[in-house]
Amino acid sequence: MCKDCGCEEGNANHAHHGHHQHKHDHSAHRLELGQKVLAENDRLAEQNRIWLHERGIVTLNLISAPGTGKTLLLEETLKILEGKVSCAVITGDQQTDNDAKRLQGKGAKVAQIETVNSCHLDAHRIAHALPEVIDEDTQLLFIENVGNLICPVAFDLGEDFKVALLSTTEGEDKPLKYPSLFSVAQVTVLTKTDLIPYLQWDLDLFREYIQRVHPGVYTFELSALTGIGMESWLDYLQKLVPSKTVK
Amino acid sequence: MHELSLASTMVEQIEELMRSHGIKQLDKVTVTIGALSGVDCEAFEFAFPIAVEKTLLEGAVLSIVFQSVEVTCRDCATRSSPDPLYLRCQTCGSNAVDVVSGRDLMIQSLEYTDSTDITLCETESGLT
Ligand SMILES: Nc1nc2c(ncn2[C@@H]2O[C@H](COP(=O)(O)OP(=O)(O)O)[C@@H](O)[C@H]2O)c(=O)[nH]1
Ligand SMILES: [Mg+2]
Ligand SMILES: [Zn+2]
Repeated sequence: MCKDCGCEEGNANHAHHGHHQHKHDHSAHRLELGQKVLAENDRLAEQNRIWLHERGIVTLNLISAPGTGKTLLLEETLKILEGKVSCAVITGDQQTDNDAKRLQGKGAKVAQIETVNSCHLDAHRIAHALPEVIDEDTQLLFIENVGNLICPVAFDLGEDFKVALLSTTEGEDKPLKYPSLFSVAQVTVLTKTDLIPYLQWDLDLFREYIQRVHPGVYTFELSALTGIGMESWLDYLQKLVPSKTVK
Repeated sequence: MHELSLASTMVEQIEELMRSHGIKQLDKVTVTIGALSGVDCEAFEFAFPIAVEKTLLEGAVLSIVFQSVEVTCRDCATRSSPDPLYLRCQTCGSNAVDVVSGRDLMIQSLEYTDSTDITLCETESGLT
């Protein structure tokens, strides 16, 4: 754009308004873009979303620090939903396939993505994994993201909801430290509530903080180990999935 | 580092833009970073010179425009800009707010000098 008058550059009729001429020095240019850096990932994520929706599948993208309890929560969830809701899991890990092994044999198809040097999953890798785990009965897809609270947030995978997890051993103020995750995740799960008696965990403070960064967010407080609080989580999941005629 | 991989992704994108617009040398890149983008401005600034090494962007200056959080209120329908750590409508105090801005990481603009164009414009100006 011409910096003197704002006319489009490369305009063949570059005679300004007829009545006056300002001196034109077009040596400096400015190209206005407003282009998202992750535009390509966003495009692929949208493709995934459409692909999944065509099959009537609801997708959750689970994000937390390493060790919060994503895999154990999924293990217990799959066990209980087996025979009720047809599930699939894609799990991302930097090196091993331990998580995938833990999740096997619970009625769900499981795919492992080894991210090696990458600290997050991206839409492209998910697109490749989808045909591996999705079949015509699948109703609910869980994506266990790489243990990291920052990087996975920026990468849309094509999910319907992001689920942020936080354990009682991590500190109540994590939502304030990582607002980009907790403000965007439509669901928050507090894990390891069975440990509260042994910790100086202030549940009210956690509730206050999470409501500060994400007013009205859906929150579950549970222990995958003892099963306390699992019921409402499972209830929620079952309500998410549209009833599919079981073949 | 997260910011380095984002900066590298951005550099690749800008190189493509430079090629398609016939830009040979870049003076300045302006990037918008949202308060809730998950991108740390300082880390991004640190990563940029590393990311541009041996690319078409070498020598370009980075300018960061910080994008604050904006919400719209479902109760009073106003738009306001609260603290990202305390998302409340600044007009009525309601917590029924939706974030409408503050999550972006965007290439805002590219500035460049292109000597071949000067003559063209001077000729054009001379016409009238
Ligand atoms: N006490 C307790 N330990 C848990 C709970 N959930 C997970 N853990 C433990 O925390 C550790 C990490 O769990 P894991 O599911 O691998 O975490 P991930 O890295 O988020 O997948 C394991 O030793 C789990 O047994 C829980 O609800 N209560
Ligand atoms: Mg795990
Ligand atoms: Zn309001």
